[in-house]
Amino acid sequence: MSAEVGAGSAQRRAIRVTVNGVVYERVVEPRLLLSDFLRHELGLTGTHVGCEHGVCGACTVLVNGEPARSCLMLAVQADGLAIETVESLAPDEERLHPLQQAFWDRHGLQCGFCTPGLLMLLKSFLAENPSPSEEEVREAISGNLCRCTGYQNIVAAALEAARLLREPVAG
Amino acid sequence: MPTRMLGEPVKRREDPRLLTGHGRYVDDIDLPGMLHAAVLRSPYAHAQIERIDASTARALEGVVAVFTYDDLGPARQRMPLLIPNPALTHPYTRYALARDEVNHVGEGVALVVAESRYVAEDALEAIRVEYQELPPVVDIERAVEPGAWLVHEELGTNVAAHYVGVVGDPERAFAQAAHVFRERLVIERSAAMPIETRGIVAAWDPYREVLRVWDSTQGPIVIRNALAALFGLAPHQVEVIAPDVGGGFGCKIMFYPEEVLIPYAALVLGRPVKWTEDRIEHFIATNHERLQIHDAEIAVDAEGRILGVRDIFLHDAGAYTPYGIIVPQITACQLPGPYKVPNYHVEFRAVYSNTVPVSPYRGAGRPHACFVMERLIDRVADELGLDRAEVRRRNFVQPDEFPYDVGLVFQDGAPTRYDSGDYPAMLARVLEMVDYERFVREEQPRLRAEGRYVGIGLACYVEGTGIGPYEGAHVRIEPTGHVYVATGMPQQGQAHKTILAQVAAEELQVPIERIVVIEGDTAHFGFGSGTYASRSAVVAGSAVALAARRVREQALELAARELEVDPADLVVEDGRIFVRGAPERGLSYWEAAQLANPLRYAYGTEASELLSKPRPWNGPALPPGRQPALEATEYYSPPHATWASGALACILEVDPGTGMIRFHRLCVVHDCGRVINPMVVEGQIHGGIAQGIGGAFYERIVYDENGQPVNASFMDFLIPTAVEVPPIEIAHLETPSPLNPLGVKGVGEAGAIPVPALVASAIDDALRPLGVRVTRMPLGPSELLELIARSTE
Ligand code: FES
Ligand code: FES
Repeated sequence: MSAEVGAGSAQRRAIRVTVNGVVYERVVEPRLLLSDFLRHELGLTGTHVGCEHGVCGACTVLVNGEPARSCLMLAVQADGLAIETVESLAPDEERLHPLQQAFWDRHGLQCGFCTPGLLMLLKSFLAENPSPSEEEVREAISGNLCRCTGYQNIVAAALEAARLLREPVAG
Repeated sequence: MPTRMLGEPVKRREDPRLLTGHGRYVDDIDLPGMLHAAVLRSPYAHAQIERIDASTARALEGVVAVFTYDDLGPARQRMPLLIPNPALTHPYTRYALARDEVNHVGEGVALVVAESRYVAEDALEAIRVEYQELPPVVDIERAVEPGAWLVHEELGTNVAAHYVGVVGDPERAFAQAAHVFRERLVIERSAAMPIETRGIVAAWDPYREVLRVWDSTQGPIVIRNALAALFGLAPHQVEVIAPDVGGGFGCKIMFYPEEVLIPYAALVLGRPVKWTEDRIEHFIATNHERLQIHDAEIAVDAEGRILGVRDIFLHDAGAYTPYGIIVPQITACQLPGPYKVPNYHVEFRAVYSNTVPVSPYRGAGRPHACFVMERLIDRVADELGLDRAEVRRRNFVQPDEFPYDVGLVFQDGAPTRYDSGDYPAMLARVLEMVDYERFVREEQPRLRAEGRYVGIGLACYVEGTGIGPYEGAHVRIEPTGHVYVATGMPQQGQAHKTILAQVAAEELQVPIERIVVIEGDTAHFGFGSGTYASRSAVVAGSAVALAARRVREQALELAARELEVDPADLVVEDGRIFVRGAPERGLSYWEAAQLANPLRYAYGTEASELLSKPRPWNGPALPPGRQPALEATEYYSPPHATWASGALACILEVDPGTGMIRFHRLCVVHDCGRVINPMVVEGQIHGGIAQGIGGAFYERIVYDENGQPVNASFMDFLIPTAVEVPPIEIAHLETPSPLNPLGVKGVGEAGAIPVPALVASAIDDALRPLGVRVTRMPLGPSELLELIARSTE
C-alpha cells in the first residue's frame, strides 16, 4: 500500500516494509536504494555495499525468502515485502546461527565486509540444497566477491553449516 | 604447566561482532547533524582547468558548500611526498583539489557537501568546469622517448626516478658466461580492490576541542600527524580511528586528498561530514599498481649455475609519486629471490603517465620480481635440458649461508639481508606434496599420449617482511581482571585482536579471554607507522611481547615483596603468581595490579580484601621508582627485514581449443618463521593466492590511448570468484627469525607473490609440445589462444 505523500514532497512515497519481522512505515524518495534504506534509514548497517552495481554481492539480503541485491532494488520496490538481513540470523544475543558458527569455526572471514552477504545467500541456498557438494557451494557463492579469504574457508564453512543444519545438535 | 598460546589455531576474537552484522565500518557511522560529501572528478586524463563555476550547485536546495582549490585555506599546499629517495630526482605530488591542471581521469576538482549524498551527487552535475585538453601520456615506453609529451611540463621529463643497483661485476660475468638468455617480461596494471571502498567521517568535537576522524586507512597515526600539522592543532587534538576496515591490501596506506578534504570541510562547516567512495570512484581515485616492463637477462655456466643477472625495467608511476619509488625499489632488491646471484645489475626508470598514481598493492613489486626471476630460471632449465627443480636446487642460497647479503639497500634503508630459511628443504617438501617425480615420469607422458595438455609449474620466492622503522605496544593489567593491549597498527582483516592477544597471553601466562586488544585508534596509541609490508605480527607482535615481559616483571616484583620471597622463586600459571612448589602461596595478576595502585575506591574485585591490609612498608604509599599500575610501553625496531619464503607447485590443464585453464593441484610450502596462529596464516596465504590468481588470469586495468579507463567496474575488471580459485594445499616450514623476540616473519603478502610465475611455469610445461612461452601476465583465455596460434604458425 504505497501512496504519494503531500504536495510539498510530491515525489516522496510512503512505504511499509517488514524487516527482520518488524514493520516499518516510512516516507522515502523513490530513488532511495533499498541498501541505503536499510543502512541509513533503519540503521541496519550489517548489510554492506561494495559496488552499488550488482556484482559483488556484499549487499545480499533475503526478499520474501529469496536472495536479492539490495543495491539493485529501490526501497519503494520493497513496499509490502518482507526483508531479512544478517541482523536477523542469530536466534538471540547468546547464540549464533549454524552458518555464523561455521564461519567462525572455519575462519570463513577476514575483514568481514563480504560476510553478511554470503551468510544471507547461503541461508537460502542451504534451505534449497541441504546437502550440497563442494562444487555446488562454489557455484552458489560465485556471485559474491571476497577479496580476503580465497574462498577456501568459506566453502568449508558452508559445508560445515550444511552438516550442522541437517543434524541439529540435540538439546 | 605453562599454557602454550603461540602456534595454536585460536578462533578469531573479532568474529562474533562481524558475523552478526555488528561490525563498525566507516560508512556505518552516523553522527547527529552529519553532512555528506561527493567529489567532482576530472573526466580528462590531462587538461588545464580554465574556469570552475559552482554557483548553480551552491544554490541547490540541500547543498551546504562547494569547495574548489581556492577555498582550501591551509590545505592549498601540495600533498606531502611521503617517502623520498635519492634516486627520485623528480618527485611530484598533487593538490588536495586540482589547482590548474588535472593529470588523470578521476583527479578531484571540487568537493560538494550537502544534506544527503543524493543531493551532493546531484550538485556535482551542476558544476561547470571548462577544461583545455592537453596531450595525454599513457604508454610508458613512448613516454621515455625523446620529444615525448610530458605529464608535468615543469619537470622537463617523464622520468621521476632513475635507479641503478650493481652487485659484483656483471659485465665480466656476462662476458664469461657459457650461456646468456634474454626475456622481455611484462606485468600489467592492476589494483588492490578491497570490497570496502575508502571512506572518511570527520567531526570537530567542540567540547573536547578535538578533530575526530574515522578513516578506512591502514595508517591512522601518520594521518593524524599530517592533519595536526596541516591544521595547526596539537597532536592530541586530532584523533584518527581506523574502525573495522573492509580490506586494504596496500591501497589504504596512503595520504589521499579526501583525507584532507573531509576533515577540512568538517572544521570549516562545524558539522560532521561523511564521504564514502563509490566503486567507480575507487577505480579512478584510489591508487593502482603492477605495470612494469622488464628486459632481463641471465648469465649461467654450462651447469646452469647463475653467474649474473641483468634487469632493466620501466615502472609505471602514474601521475604522481606520493609514495616515492617503493614498489620498483622492492622489485629491484627482491629480484634475486632465493638464489645466489653473485653479479647483478638492476636498473629502472619510474615513469609518469596520465593515469591513477601507483603505490603498493599486496606483493608490492615482488610479484613482478618473482615473475622475472622464475621465468629466467625456467628458461635456463629448458634451454639446457635440465630439470626445473634441479636448476633451482643448484642456485639456492644454502641453509648455512645465512645471514646472506644480496648487496642492495632495501625499502627501509637497511641492507637487503636474508636472516634465515631453508630453501632446499622448502622445495623438496613441495615436490613431495605434489608428487613431482611421479607426475613428470608417469602421469604427464600418459596424459600427453591422450592428447591432454597438463603441466606442472614451480615457483619459489622470498619476501622481506617486518620492516622498520618501529611499532610499539602498551600493556596494562587492571585489578578488574583484564589485560589491555594497545598498538598503533590497525587491521583490515588480519586478526590482530587474536594474534596479539595470543602473544600477550603466552608472555603473561593469562587466559586469552582476559586480554583486550585495542588497535588503530590514535587516542590509545600514538606512535607507529601502520599496517603494510607484512609487518604487523613481526613488529607489533614483538612490541607486545616486550611490553608484556616488562609488565610481568613488575608483577613478579610486587608479588615477591608481598610474599616475601625472591622474584626468581615465583612462577606464573593461568594468571596466578605463586611460589614454586607452594601454589597456595600466591596471588593473581589482578591482585598485583591492585597492590601496585595504593588507592581505595575499588569495586568488589578479586583484589578487594588486599585493600584493607596495612601496607607492609613505611614511607610514601607510592615509593619512588614505582608506578601506580602494572603497565609498560615498549617499542620494537627491527635491525632489518626478516625474510619469509615459500615454494609452490601446481598442476594445471590447458584446453588449447578454448584457452581455458583448470587447476588439478596447487601446493604451497610456506616459511614465515614461528607461526603464531596457523589458521590465520593459512587464511592469509589463501587470500594472497586468490589475488595472485587474479593477477595471473584476470586482473588488468586498461586505459585507452586517451587515458580513459575502459574497464572501471566490477562488470569489466574481473576479480576471481569461488569457481576460479582452486583448493589450496598448505604445509608450513618454520625457520624462526633470529632477529625478533618471537622468531616470527610476516605472511601478509606471501600468497600474492609467486602465482603469476607459478602459472606461467605450468602453462609452459603444459604446452611444451606446442612450444609456448609465457612472457606477460595476466593471461586470459584469448591471449593464451593467441600465444598458441603464434607458436603453431
Ligand atoms: S553492493 Fe550490491 S552487489 Fe555490490
Ligand atoms: S572477508 Fe574481506 S572481503 Fe571477504
